[in-house]
Amino acid sequence: MKRLFPILVVLSAIFLAYALHLSLGKGTPTDAQQGDVYRIIYYHVPSAWTAFLLFFINFIASIQYLVSAKASTKIAAKWVVIGVGVVGGIACFLPQVQHLLPTGMRPSAVATTVLAIPAFYFVIGKFFPGERLDMLAVTSAEVGVVFCTIVLVTGPIWARPVWGIWWAPGDIRLTSTLVLWLIYVSYLVLRRFSSSAQTQMLAAALAVFGALDVPLVYFSIWFFRTQHPQPVIGGGGSMDPRMLHVLLISWMAFLLFAFLVCWSRFRLEGLHREIEQAHAMESLVGAGVAAKASLPLGRSSS
Amino acid sequence: MNGIKYLFAAYIATWVIHGFYLGALVRRFGRLRQQAKELGKK
Repeated sequence: MKRLFPILVVLSAIFLAYALHLSLGKGTPTDAQQGDVYRIIYYHVPSAWTAFLLFFINFIASIQYLVSAKASTKIAAKWVVIGVGVVGGIACFLPQVQHLLPTGMRPSAVATTVLAIPAFYFVIGKFFPGERLDMLAVTSAEVGVVFCTIVLVTGPIWARPVWGIWWAPGDIRLTSTLVLWLIYVSYLVLRRFSSSAQTQMLAAALAVFGALDVPLVYFSIWFFRTQHPQPVIGGGGSMDPRMLHVLLISWMAFLLFAFLVCWSRFRLEGLHREIEQAHAMESLVGAGVAAKASLPLGRSSS
Repeated sequence: MNGIKYLFAAYIATWVIHGFYLGALVRRFGRLRQQAKELGKK
């Protein structure tokens, strides 16, 4: 594992450089309306998708952490998740349900998202048992906030030349993204400054409610009038295949980079907890020695 | 539409944010390693 990390770092650097080359290269067409500024899409959209994925991982890890307190809730949650996957996956292809989907939204895209819930649930549960679930939750939230910050910074930089304004006040897509960022920042603040024994449980509960904002952000462009353009994949919008190709390569590069950052952050969290445990043990031993030392004195004085 | 300066601003901003975060991670790693060393000495 120690050897794999530097290899992946080098691969990630090469991949990101290649994605940058494609993003700015002449092989990718220039947008007829926006000119070259549209190329911000190759950083803005992959960052948004990566942030959503990380918040989704945080959501699943938080649920797992909450239900793992009792064996009965753990079993019940397992069957609920299987039910959501099976019923949701089938329902997307029923004509009655398809009728309810907004125009342009592909049922297969919705079904894939629904099926991702049980898939992630069982994979995360298998590879991150016990306390590691909480470590994964804090890792994914923190790295997700970094990517969400990039979305909130690059969005206005793109909006200024295209819309003529930095920010569209009251726009549901923009506002819900800002709210999402604020929820996860408060999650991190709670974890950083609360010393209560219940902090991990409280943070997990906040993360579950916070994650409810992710579908609102994603689906807002279908259900509400917004200045934000339609999505480039999953239905609704249209994009030159060459642009889509570069966009997907850029996302893969950012995913590999995010994976490495999460790996480092996870190790940092592990080291932090080991040191905290060692400090706690040290103070316990110290208290024990002090108690032993004070015992004869206490007896002699009485 | 000449938005090239906005394009570069967005790309630079992205890497500045990542750079800040990676720098913060490296500093935290350094601090924790130092603490671990001190604990080892005791």
